[in-house]
Amino acid sequence: MKEKNNIEGSGDIWVIADHSQNRIAGVTLQLVGKARELANALEKKAVCLILGHEITGMDLLFEAGADIVYRGDSQALQFYQQSLFTELIIDLAVKQKPDMIFLGNTHTGRELAPLLAAALGTGLSAHCVDLCLGDDGILEQKIPAYGGLMTIICPEKKPQMATCAAGVFPMPELSSGRRGKIIDLDVPEGGLDRICTLEVVEEQTSGPVLENAPLVIAGGAGMGSKEGWSLLENLAERLHAALGCTRPAVDEGWAQLDTMIGQSGKMINPEIYIGVGLSGELQHMVGIMDAKLMIAVNSDEKSPVFEQVDYGVVDDCREFIPLLIEKIENA
Amino acid sequence: MLSLSENPRFKSQDNRLKNMFHIVVCVKAVPDPEKADSIKIDPATKTLIRKDIPMVLNPIDRFALEAALNIKAERESCISVISMGPPSAEVIIKECMALGADKGYLLSDMAFGGADAFATAFTLAGGIKKLDVPDLILCGMASSDGATEWVGPQIASFLEMPVVTMVNEIEQSDEISWIVKADAENGYRRVSVRLPAVFTVTRELNQPRTLSFSGIIKARKKEVQTWNLEDLGCDSSQVGAEGSPTIVSEMEPAQNVRSCTILTGTREEKVEALFKILEESGSLKT
Repeated sequence: MKEKNNIEGSGDIWVIADHSQNRIAGVTLQLVGKARELANALEKKAVCLILGHEITGMDLLFEAGADIVYRGDSQALQFYQQSLFTELIIDLAVKQKPDMIFLGNTHTGRELAPLLAAALGTGLSAHCVDLCLGDDGILEQKIPAYGGLMTIICPEKKPQMATCAAGVFPMPELSSGRRGKIIDLDVPEGGLDRICTLEVVEEQTSGPVLENAPLVIAGGAGMGSKEGWSLLENLAERLHAALGCTRPAVDEGWAQLDTMIGQSGKMINPEIYIGVGLSGELQHMVGIMDAKLMIAVNSDEKSPVFEQVDYGVVDDCREFIPLLIEKIENA
Repeated sequence: MLSLSENPRFKSQDNRLKNMFHIVVCVKAVPDPEKADSIKIDPATKTLIRKDIPMVLNPIDRFALEAALNIKAERESCISVISMGPPSAEVIIKECMALGADKGYLLSDMAFGGADAFATAFTLAGGIKKLDVPDLILCGMASSDGATEWVGPQIASFLEMPVVTMVNEIEQSDEISWIVKADAENGYRRVSVRLPAVFTVTRELNQPRTLSFSGIIKARKKEVQTWNLEDLGCDSSQVGAEGSPTIVSEMEPAQNVRSCTILTGTREEKVEALFKILEESGSLKT
């Protein structure tokens, strides 16, 4: 480390950036925005740590609110490498003693966060939907559970750690021209580790993506079968909508994990949301509760989903959807 | 903290050469996800209202067990299943044995109660330390109730092993270094990892088998070994609620901010009404 051990740094709010797709992930900037807000309240610094190769867009981190950015830029960090990443971050965290560390729940973040927490001997809450300061300066980490919100705290250990999905916090307003301090980390040569990421492959998906689609349809267990599910695929195609799902639909093998909406999936805010054959479990609903207009179709009139939407249709999804498709086709 | 590096068995690579490949599968008993909807928060007391929900094997753990069974079909292996839970969790270990696991271990003690992911991983790591040195540890990527995804990687951390999370394909498994595919943002990553290692698995990895009658009969003879705090040689401050850095400080029921208009009439009328709403919202442009 080029910077000497700095006691003043202790108590800062850290964000571990995600640069795994050779760009700074949106969730990183959102978390930096949140870290800025908490740092202001606690009169501490917002610090970002970024590891990657040929990193660009560093200014964004400062414009989003970071005071200091620790940068490890090396060929060895081109991909997320477990040993090197954990080693570098733990080393710095042990020296600097941050008060909080946040990570986006990207795939890298989800693997890295528990390894850092275990090594630092501290707690880690998963997929938080809000982070607030309690009166005593303790971080209140909100997690949906059992039809309500649970507050998790880590009162005795430091740092307090949490992961959040993209979209939990808004994109911060960027302060153009705002700059801070870059501190370069000495990165060891990538050696022969027990574990090595060989390559990362991005696959093209067809159709609108959940994060950007104005209209989103989500299906759940109530679709009943793969055939039932294909009705939703058909409807989504007719409406140029993105198709998302709840966990049971993933469990049944009808839908892919990365189309899951909710606390441990995608957090989105489309113009319109149509939930079909799902019960309105909070873990799912937190992912779309900011949609402007929400509609649900469910055969059970007592389904809790109807307490959480603007319009409801009580009907058998597998009978109702084909008729709706027909209507749209003939329009 | 457990220090496995002090344990000479974990330092030695010699056991890699032994014939018997040892796979440890970590499983969890969870409230039946099909019925978990009925657990609610009592608005007055802010505690959980639980109805009698049966405990079942965490669904994704089946895929971890299936991966172990598939490896065993290819090479001589011993499969140990381990779980932390109340005595009633023995049923799910028995089920794993009926599916083909060779040995079963239940870590059960009042002191283990109220554990967060950190304390759970610590306890499971403590149990695994007592077993023959594993070549591979398999976990489901998350539990259907806790859903943190942290236990697998943290077991790896406490055992000082590498971990690959969300493994969806085992590409090469005939050398000490295996190559696996795992989920990544909008795609996948290929990872080379030297055993012993921990993998957490996704549902794309395989298609789990179902129980067979002969499996159930064979499992009758197999015993589940139960270990308590003393057996693990840990201190009560390291496990359960006491050993958990995180605590639940509050629970509040959800607030509903929307009021719902139910569309009524015949099915045709409901289609008509919904179509109109979509049309007025401008979502039928093209």
